[in-house]
Amino acid sequence: MSLDEINVEIDQYFKTVEDYKKDGYEMMIDLTAVDWYRKKEPRFEVIVNLLSVSKNSRLIMNVPVPDEDLTIPSICEIYPGANFYEREVFDMFGIKFENHPELTRILMPDDWTGNPLRKDYGSGRIPVQFKNAPKVD
Amino acid sequence: MNEDNNIKDDLDFWATNSEEGGWNISSTDEGSQKMLEEEDEKQIKIQTGSDVVDDYVYSEETTDDERMIVNMGPQHPSTHGVLRLQVELEGEVVRRVKPVIGYLHTGMEKTGEELAYFQGPTNTTRMDYLSPLFNELVFSLTTEKLLDIEVPERAKAIRILMTELNRISSHLVALATGGMDIGALSMMIFGFRERELILNFFEKTSGLRMNHNYIRPGGVAADLPDNWQKDIKEILKIIPEKLKDYDEMLLDNPIWQGRLKNVGILTTEECFAYGITGPSLRASGFSWDLRKTQPYSGIENYEFEVPLLTDSDVFSRWRIKVLEIFESLKIVEQVMDTIPKGAYRIQDKKVTPPPRQRLDESMEALIHHFKIYTEGFKVPPGKAYVAVESPRGELGCYIVSDGSSKPYRMHVRGPSFCNLQALPVIMADSPIADAVAAIASLDPVIGDVDR
Amino acid sequence: MFSPDNIFTTTIDKAVRWSRTQSMWPVTFGLACCAIEMMAAGSAKYDLARYGMEVFRASPRQADLMIVAGRVSQKMAPVLRQVYDQMAEPKWVIAMGACSSTGGMFNNYALVQGVDHIVPVDIYVPGCPPGPQSLMHGILTLHDKIMEGEINR
Repeated sequence: MSLDEINVEIDQYFKTVEDYKKDGYEMMIDLTAVDWYRKKEPRFEVIVNLLSVSKNSRLIMNVPVPDEDLTIPSICEIYPGANFYEREVFDMFGIKFENHPELTRILMPDDWTGNPLRKDYGSGRIPVQFKNAPKVD
Repeated sequence: MNEDNNIKDDLDFWATNSEEGGWNISSTDEGSQKMLEEEDEKQIKIQTGSDVVDDYVYSEETTDDERMIVNMGPQHPSTHGVLRLQVELEGEVVRRVKPVIGYLHTGMEKTGEELAYFQGPTNTTRMDYLSPLFNELVFSLTTEKLLDIEVPERAKAIRILMTELNRISSHLVALATGGMDIGALSMMIFGFRERELILNFFEKTSGLRMNHNYIRPGGVAADLPDNWQKDIKEILKIIPEKLKDYDEMLLDNPIWQGRLKNVGILTTEECFAYGITGPSLRASGFSWDLRKTQPYSGIENYEFEVPLLTDSDVFSRWRIKVLEIFESLKIVEQVMDTIPKGAYRIQDKKVTPPPRQRLDESMEALIHHFKIYTEGFKVPPGKAYVAVESPRGELGCYIVSDGSSKPYRMHVRGPSFCNLQALPVIMADSPIADAVAAIASLDPVIGDVDR
Repeated sequence: MFSPDNIFTTTIDKAVRWSRTQSMWPVTFGLACCAIEMMAAGSAKYDLARYGMEVFRASPRQADLMIVAGRVSQKMAPVLRQVYDQMAEPKWVIAMGACSSTGGMFNNYALVQGVDHIVPVDIYVPGCPPGPQSLMHGILTLHDKIMEGEINR
């Protein structure tokens, strides 16, 4: 089993994925994103994980998404299985996918505001009240 | 054709059609035939169901009374949790399906960023609640890969023993609930009865029936209990006998076969396109098991086979689970015979707290213990992806570490999330009664889908 | 058996309460991990049929008891309330497990921190997940509560 990791620029992204599909990477296993808030430029990075069952190898692609326009091409045409994953990233990080068949929220309710997995989105922790705790106004 | 059109005008259309025998849709309905021809051109249907909306505009090909949209779930007994399906029906035939998920979204990936690495398994174990030990295993393996440590041989063997038992219990629930969905109610009782055996062993070992938090970074939480071989021997003796009962009841049962054979076809190409792994892929005639191809935790030392069926229908997806239970039992037996002696967790002071009796003797040990359980151990910066073969397919964990004691980003690739995308493909153009069988055969766990 | 010698008398109150406890049908409201334990409680070894509760009704209109088994997300909360509203009176609610009682270990944006924010809860069953025995203890406690409590709900 081999695991390769490559960095891909956003304008080469769609073509690179297409080439790897032709090269024998049959499955898209995972698609997610990382928010490097105030740690790295650009802020968001999309991570695509491809698997080749014929060659028994994995490929992890890191695609930085420019800050000014959080848009990245959708790879649903190449791998239909990317559909749910891209919707999840859209829901959780607010990254838009061009040419996606249906880019709506998937996990959160439709009327939700904010993107929960961003680092500047609080976890929403409610302080636990114990018995006879002092009341906060 | 004229005769068919007359029937179509008849109000009693479906009743008449069913008398003629079978669901011969393409010969009676021109619209659907055209649709099928179009779909043949594309090899893999990109069917997201995105055009199923409540204010659906009917096309000219169909008349108004033929199509309707039915909402199934989220509270529904046969959707395996809180899955919601928007089903577009033409008569009794499913045309398009749109799965709506998120009704069990728990924010575990966000919570995972707040918990230290030693607390991580507590969180991940609650994702796929039918196979909790696999979630713990994959999180621990990823953390260990980042830490670059190797756990002792005994810990590896215990991990394999527990996860393979968990695979059996998970498959038993899949068989039980799948049987119940299709109407084999005895199967429900049987499956849960045998599962209790394994859960009793889990309770003895880890203290809990589910959500164990037993496999942790650096090893396992506790050693196996005294006389554990006796319990395993009992499991090894009873479960194969009971599986024979299942076969007697269902395998040659003409009703069961007629209900499941050639229903819900999912081919290898569709599996590749949607990233579907696990029993569904193996039932479509492609042998792919991470335990063989990308072995983890020393599973390459045990002899077992990967069952393979080629029919790619609901029946073979049901059958392959039964066969996999036999293989898991083989592994459990080998682990029992060959388990090495030694430590059950790594003797690395960085990760493992000192043993209990040392706390009474040494101040340093006490401080060390306190540091590990308040602050947690630090993990060097980096990224890691590790995958294991869970009962439903590839379960992966992707962790980004920034050098602190908490993961910077923790993402779990749940197999059910991906497998659920196959539902529109499986259910399209089949009667609504088969839809329930199709959902059951995919065995989705909504906790794993929504996380 | 039914000779004039075998008459027993009771009050209407007691008879009504007794009949309510002896065939209390739960609605299938399995959400997460606890649902599996709820199913285990209903199957062979633990056998909820002993209390006349083996029929998990798919339709809320035929059910008396809602066992909220699992974590309730913000997206599920309106659905849960709707199912509760559809149940016919008298109706009871058991919050099964830590998540549905208080939010449990998931104190975050996605979960309702305790199902008692949405529906009135009669019994809280602790555990993560509670074993079938715990659930049955909760059910028996609810039976006691019905036997002793107000008849008008």
